[in-house]
Amino acid sequence: MIRLAAAVAVIALLAVVSVFIGVGDVSWHALVSPGPDEQALQVLLISRVPRLLAVLLVGTSLGVAGLILQMLARNRFVEPATVGAADSAGLGLLVVTMWMPQLPVLGKMFVAAAFSLAGTALFLLILRRIPLRSVLIVPLVGLVLGSVFDSVTTFFAYRFDLLQSVNAWKTGDFSHVLRGRYELLWVTFGLTCCAYFAADRFTVAGMGESFTTNLGMRYSRIMALGLLIVSLITGLVVVTVGMIPFLGLLVPNLVSMFLGDNTRRSLPWVAVGGAGFVLLCDVLGRVVRFPYEIPGATIAGVAGSVLFLSLLMRRDARVG
Amino acid sequence: MLAETLVVPRRPERTLLILGAVAVACAGLFMLVNVGGDWAFVLPFRGRKLATALLVGYSIAVSTVLFQTVTGNRVLTPAILGFDNLYVLIQTCLLFFLGTGVVAGLDPRLRFGVEVLVMVAFSGLLYWGLFGSGQRGVERVLLTGVVLGVLFKSLSSFLQRLIDPNEFIFLQDRFFASFNQPDEDLLLIAFVLTLGVSVVGWRMLRTLDVLVLGRETAINLGVNHQRTVAGVLVLVAILVSVSSALVGPVTFFGLLVSSLAHAFVRTYRHVLVLPAAALIAGVSLVAGQFVLEQFFAFNTNPRVIIDFVGGLVFISMLLRRTQG
Repeated sequence: MIRLAAAVAVIALLAVVSVFIGVGDVSWHALVSPGPDEQALQVLLISRVPRLLAVLLVGTSLGVAGLILQMLARNRFVEPATVGAADSAGLGLLVVTMWMPQLPVLGKMFVAAAFSLAGTALFLLILRRIPLRSVLIVPLVGLVLGSVFDSVTTFFAYRFDLLQSVNAWKTGDFSHVLRGRYELLWVTFGLTCCAYFAADRFTVAGMGESFTTNLGMRYSRIMALGLLIVSLITGLVVVTVGMIPFLGLLVPNLVSMFLGDNTRRSLPWVAVGGAGFVLLCDVLGRVVRFPYEIPGATIAGVAGSVLFLSLLMRRDARVG
Repeated sequence: MLAETLVVPRRPERTLLILGAVAVACAGLFMLVNVGGDWAFVLPFRGRKLATALLVGYSIAVSTVLFQTVTGNRVLTPAILGFDNLYVLIQTCLLFFLGTGVVAGLDPRLRFGVEVLVMVAFSGLLYWGLFGSGQRGVERVLLTGVVLGVLFKSLSSFLQRLIDPNEFIFLQDRFFASFNQPDEDLLLIAFVLTLGVSVVGWRMLRTLDVLVLGRETAINLGVNHQRTVAGVLVLVAILVSVSSALVGPVTFFGLLVSSLAHAFVRTYRHVLVLPAAALIAGVSLVAGQFVLEQFFAFNTNPRVIIDFVGGLVFISMLLRRTQG
């Protein structure tokens, strides 16, 4: 508990720092002695703080989504971005953009989430059809499935000149987050809380179907709940900022190395770790090439893959 | 998939003949349907496309089968282990560190040389990961490869952000000839390299057959395992460079082709498996391009479609294999 509080404190510090990074002049001095139009305060409230909140919400929820997915698929190497959840959400967005462009954001989000749900469910169905599966097959099937969705998306996007938009959904980027454009992400916070309340169920589901049934729980119901949470989170994130790779893979794996697989114990850490990771990526992306920005997803891809590789290289890293 | 529904007789030679006939038919259709009036323009234009498709198919198929033989695993492919993304990364690095002026002036042969060298170094690392230090599971290597692929991709896009976007787009067109504007020089180099690889590979065929038996058995039978594998990896690196240079990275195509080839030609002999894989690859690419052009009026390279079909076929194969 104390350690968790310390971690939160570190992230809070970084969060405060992140608010003061950017082209617009926001400094203590400017805030304390505001000019006639209070510009610094405006920038802070309209752009910087919303951006910070979006970063924290996305980090938290994607980490948790990865954790739940790993429990449901009973495999360490899956996350929303590698099982077709994100790709199918992108396909859903494309469908909306083509046929119902005037739909409000909430509607777009639901369509994306519905597609994501279908994609993830399909993935898990396929997994169930492969009884004697090795650890290796699972992420592979996910990747293949993802590329299938992706190729459909690319095909239509190319025909309707929407490739640019598709690439934007694929690369998470916080630079366009403003007040009034990110509030949907608060739903992910609610979903994360849901996941925490149902944490023990996911732990049990991770032990397998017969085990769950023996304990007198409905496996299918837990599966459905987990799927719903994962796909809603994915849909929300894809609609608002775009996908961040590796986060859902990396953070739960790191946490499980230290804390084991009790979801109730590890979920807060996953949430905090995910938020910290995305925040760090976002800040780096803003600093590396000041005043220009590099999308957080790109930084996450580089940093995340290096971290993950170092995890794999550890001799005692548990595979499976 | 198809192979499971048909009862395939164990007569690989015949299967190969049929495949060859289908390939010729596809090529003929591709060249001659709907030409319209202007033969003098259309034939060379389509010929270039056909040559590109066949070369790409050949290099992807052969590189995948060789790679699977060396690693002793039917699920690994160079693409899954990040080779294609590495190619793009090398291109981007060249551009970033040397500047556009230098790169544009580079002799393509030299550029290819640098690429192949780096790729070979990378495959050396992978080899070390597979056979070198103690018991590493294939899972770990596979996952490492996938992660490396993402790393290369992210690094490329990171560097591309730092390069002037206009410059990059201009160069991107130079790097990846699509099926529709194949660069003649690139085609020629690709062809010569592929031919060279094929000649060397031809002389290794028997050794490759022995490699299928596994590392220890092959060593017992007098194969210099380390040297052979290193040699094969060099060939694979060259072939991957060829295919990536012509159409860019392809994900699951190689996997699809090699699985189909093994399903059609139920033998371990490379002399039969390799041509089968190459023919299947050529047929899929040419047929895909043909269907796209004639029915969809969709002038892009058929990678998208093939990845789609390839993915579906691959999943269904996994499902079938585990039930049968």
